[in-house]
Amino acid sequence: MNAPLHLWLIPLLPFAGFLINGILGRRLPKWIVTTVALLAPLAALGLVLNAAQGFFGIGATVSSLPYIETCPLPWINAGLLHIDFSFVLDQLSLVMLLVVTGVGFLIHVYSVGYMSDDEGYARYFSYLNLFLFFMTVLVLAGNALVMFIGWEGVGLASYLLIGFWFQKKSAADAGMKAFIVNRIGDFGFLIAMFLLVANFGTLTFTEIATKLGQDPGWNGGVVTVIALCLMMGAAGKSAQLPLYIWLPDAMEGPTPVSALIHAATMVTAGVYMVARTHVLFDHSPFALSVVAIVGAATAIFAATIALVQNDIKRVLAYSTISQLGYMFLGCGVAAYSAAIFHLMTHAFFKALLFLAAGSVIHAIGGEQDLRKMGGLWKKLPVTFAVTTVGVLAIAGIPPFAGFFSKDAILYAAFLQGTNGKILYSVGLLTALLTAFYMFRLWYMTFLGEPRSPQSHSHESPWSMRGPLLILAALSICGGWIWLFGFGEFLAPVLGARVTEASSWRLLVPYTQYSLSLETVLSIVAVLVALEGWLIADKFYRRKPARPAQWATAMPAGYKLLANKYFVDEFYGATVVKPLLGFSKVFLEWVVDVGILGGATWLLGGIATFAGAILQRWQSGNLRSYAAWLAAGAAALLLFLLVPWTTVLATLPAIHLGLAGH
Amino acid sequence: MNEINNSILTLILLLPLAGALLVLLAPDRVKLPNWIALLTSLATFGLTLHLPAHFDKAQTGFQFVVNLQWIEKPAIFYHLGVDGLSLWLVVLVGLLAPIGVIASWNAIRERRKLFFALFLVQQTAMFGVFLSLDLILYYGFWELSLVPMAILIAMYGRKDGPRAALKFFLFTFIPSAPLLVAILWLYARTGSFDFATLQLWIASGALPAGALWWVALTFLFAFAVKVPVFPLHGWLADTFSEAPVALAMVVAGKLGLYSMLRFHIGLFPTQARAVAPLLVGLAVIGILYGACLALVQRDFWRLMAFAALSHLSLITLGIYGLTLTGWEGAVYQILNHGVVDGALFLLLGLLYDRYRTSEINAYGGLAAKLPRTATFFVFASLAMIGLPMLGGFVGEFMILLGTFTGVSKGWAIAATLGVILGAAYMLWLVQRLFFGPESALATSKPPEDLRLGQLTVLWPLAALMLVMGIAPMFWLPTIQTGPHPPLRPQQAAATQYPIILHGTCAAAAHEAPELIATSELAAKCESNGEGQR
Repeated sequence: MNAPLHLWLIPLLPFAGFLINGILGRRLPKWIVTTVALLAPLAALGLVLNAAQGFFGIGATVSSLPYIETCPLPWINAGLLHIDFSFVLDQLSLVMLLVVTGVGFLIHVYSVGYMSDDEGYARYFSYLNLFLFFMTVLVLAGNALVMFIGWEGVGLASYLLIGFWFQKKSAADAGMKAFIVNRIGDFGFLIAMFLLVANFGTLTFTEIATKLGQDPGWNGGVVTVIALCLMMGAAGKSAQLPLYIWLPDAMEGPTPVSALIHAATMVTAGVYMVARTHVLFDHSPFALSVVAIVGAATAIFAATIALVQNDIKRVLAYSTISQLGYMFLGCGVAAYSAAIFHLMTHAFFKALLFLAAGSVIHAIGGEQDLRKMGGLWKKLPVTFAVTTVGVLAIAGIPPFAGFFSKDAILYAAFLQGTNGKILYSVGLLTALLTAFYMFRLWYMTFLGEPRSPQSHSHESPWSMRGPLLILAALSICGGWIWLFGFGEFLAPVLGARVTEASSWRLLVPYTQYSLSLETVLSIVAVLVALEGWLIADKFYRRKPARPAQWATAMPAGYKLLANKYFVDEFYGATVVKPLLGFSKVFLEWVVDVGILGGATWLLGGIATFAGAILQRWQSGNLRSYAAWLAAGAAALLLFLLVPWTTVLATLPAIHLGLAGH
Repeated sequence: MNEINNSILTLILLLPLAGALLVLLAPDRVKLPNWIALLTSLATFGLTLHLPAHFDKAQTGFQFVVNLQWIEKPAIFYHLGVDGLSLWLVVLVGLLAPIGVIASWNAIRERRKLFFALFLVQQTAMFGVFLSLDLILYYGFWELSLVPMAILIAMYGRKDGPRAALKFFLFTFIPSAPLLVAILWLYARTGSFDFATLQLWIASGALPAGALWWVALTFLFAFAVKVPVFPLHGWLADTFSEAPVALAMVVAGKLGLYSMLRFHIGLFPTQARAVAPLLVGLAVIGILYGACLALVQRDFWRLMAFAALSHLSLITLGIYGLTLTGWEGAVYQILNHGVVDGALFLLLGLLYDRYRTSEINAYGGLAAKLPRTATFFVFASLAMIGLPMLGGFVGEFMILLGTFTGVSKGWAIAATLGVILGAAYMLWLVQRLFFGPESALATSKPPEDLRLGQLTVLWPLAALMLVMGIAPMFWLPTIQTGPHPPLRPQQAAATQYPIILHGTCAAAAHEAPELIATSELAAKCESNGEGQR
């Protein structure tokens, strides 16, 4: 017997927080704002833990997963469409919820210190709560349309938070860019939903899975199109090629926002969505390979850009894009549980890295340029220590969390035949680059000599250091759960991994993995990561002149990377400017004013039959004009009352003329 | 209760007219005209709420019917009624009127008596259009709705009122003349102006098909100009720039779209089906064209005009897609568009009133000075661009889905592109008005944010947008009792469902006959006996 878990409260509590702080925040004392803001995610986390306890704890009250809660009143019920507000709790959404509410709560706590002096304190927390509301809706959604609420909603929260300091034009611009680029992805999501309704008659995930399972005929064809449209949505939200351009700019927002939304949770929604709809992808090898290739390409593409960025947050942003690429690579080789695992560990160490970066920025008065840092380890010991943990985790050094998850993805890729080997090599190369640029960041920030005066730099308050330490602990231990069967835990939702080279669809249970191969690959990965560290060490500690020499030796290559392959400029020149120019010059001047306007006045001139009257009207004499109109109205009213017989006598002639008899 | 039900529609029609008389008779002092207009419109709104409260959702067809002979020969009847289609539109007009009065409260400073009197007359005319079931009565109100509008644009225009009024006049009066001829032709042939009678006459096939084709086209033309449908939108931008805010809220969309549903497709289903592909194409062009032009406007009234063109084209697409999902979405979207546009125009009107310019680039950085204005504006913009959980999304999704499954994938995809552009021009507008560094304009005046009067309007509107997004089922079941799109002849034959179907089966018959053939839906439809109706 299932006792109700009240899943609906999980999103609703943050929403209440949003309303309270959003409407009354400016008038409430600060401590109430803080309390409300923190209670919302804390209570949501409590509910999630309660739900987890309901399944796995002592005295479990819920017998089986998935556990579904449906609002008794449908959302939309019209024509072909029947959509309920339905929430689903299964292993997948449980993991994701724990990440979202757990990391979310820590970042809320951190923000209390980070934003304490900001004028928009209440507004900030109301937006942050709003984000949690939408994110939990997205995760819990039982059908695609409810997921779309969360999907667009987190985009909105992201828009509001990126543009939080709206008086800065670059921040407002970045928010808008994020929303619009996301909308391009959402266009794909919408089309996918239309196709789902047209072909399956439903948007409920479980029903789609059932229908796909019933009929072996569902392969390729329309399923491929649906999966690719979904992937387009995912690429927008999760900043994959070619829609990644908004994420680096999103760093204009406050740093905790970058940590929560643009690293740990929202940007991983695309990965979550692909995992959630994985049955569709499983039925389309082509779509899966597209996912894998996009993921791998994004991973290495973003990593190369990260090599030469000098803004600490931008390095982390490109690193996030690159790591998201890994997750898609995992999805693309049908290793969904590995992808979700990496999503989770990444949430820990990337949130940690961003918050630590925030701590650095906070300490040295808003400076974000790596070239002006250096030698900070003495002044910020805690920040230094946790950053070290984060860097080791992302570089994939055992036993830190990133090692396990990255390894799981690379291993799954390696098993996928020739293509898999190529993907694996790309992934490995990315791992090398990742280790290099992360240690570069580490050296430039904390080691060496201070490169600018940092007289008043100081360690952050405890509200900021506490979350850092917890996240550091998670970045160390978070990966170990893989050894305790995290993959098997997710298997009921995500299926066992697809592994064999000859066929993409052959399922091999976990027990048959060859441990030896995995071990060998792990060792290779660790060596590669260490190599990345060594290179960084050489460049940024032992021979600090070397990077500049390389840059001058290869000016073209350096320029290309430093300018991020000129992708923004490319889009500007090929999409934005042509669209605006076309709209202005062709549509407005030629079509609207020229052709349509001209035709109108021509016809109008004929129709008003007397230019003299026209002139008198245009003379600006309002009174006469109004009189004309009033007279017309009066005539019409009279028209209703005149004896009709006489009028009608003439009518057959008119109709004859009309009918052309 | 019965007496009220019998006379409620007449009361709704006459109350604004009585208010207009009162405004004219009362002296123009201490905002007396404003208060009379406000109280009248509020009372009228209260009356319109009686309709949904007592509307029988289990019943299709017209309710609260009044049918009295007015003139014996020609046979003109005072015939009013509401059904699922017009019910909420009447309420919407009732809701927008007090908002219009609030928006005009300070903006109209001179000749207030005339303004508010005409405003109330305009309201009666709009109610009349939605309620009339006699074609001559309908036509009278249709024309009446244009007169106050033209006069007010001419008299209260911002820069070049008379020119805009002339344009409006040319565009809207001229197509109305052939409409009258067409109505009279129908009367000459059938001896009736009655909507239901004419419907039967036309369906019977007794009227000459060739002539009927032209009559239907005449109807469509008059409505398409009024909506407007691309390329007949020439009057829209000038009217939006010049018309007082209260009128700009109501001038576009509703009347024309409703008339299309009721009097074009409703009367001439066969002919409408024949021209539907053309309308679908024009609608999709209109969506993209309006959105592209909205992107490059420098004046916010003109931007709103092209945005309106884009949104109204989407609704037109829903209507002429002739799918059940699309129709319900279209009616819902008319309601939502009315609410959202009302809020946006109110806010823009306040900005214009304060800063005396509609040049977007002159603004900037207002959010810090006018946080409430900015918040409501952002909220309404989000509702406009179809953020899920706000009103715009439901209708938009239903229209696009109906088009995709029932009409054409290509057109639907093209229309969905409008979604992206919609976000672009609205957010860009928001940004240029409210964000960025504080502009000279913003500094030039002391900040004066929304006041109680405006807040009492905007809060309910914002709440309404939210409720419309979360609980569309509050409206959709009633809308479903309204008319349904005509079936294609082969569809009707193939599915053997004779005339009107309801619910899922009807939708399936329209939009995906193959679903009926293959799935459990067929069994469900048969067991429900829905086909027999």
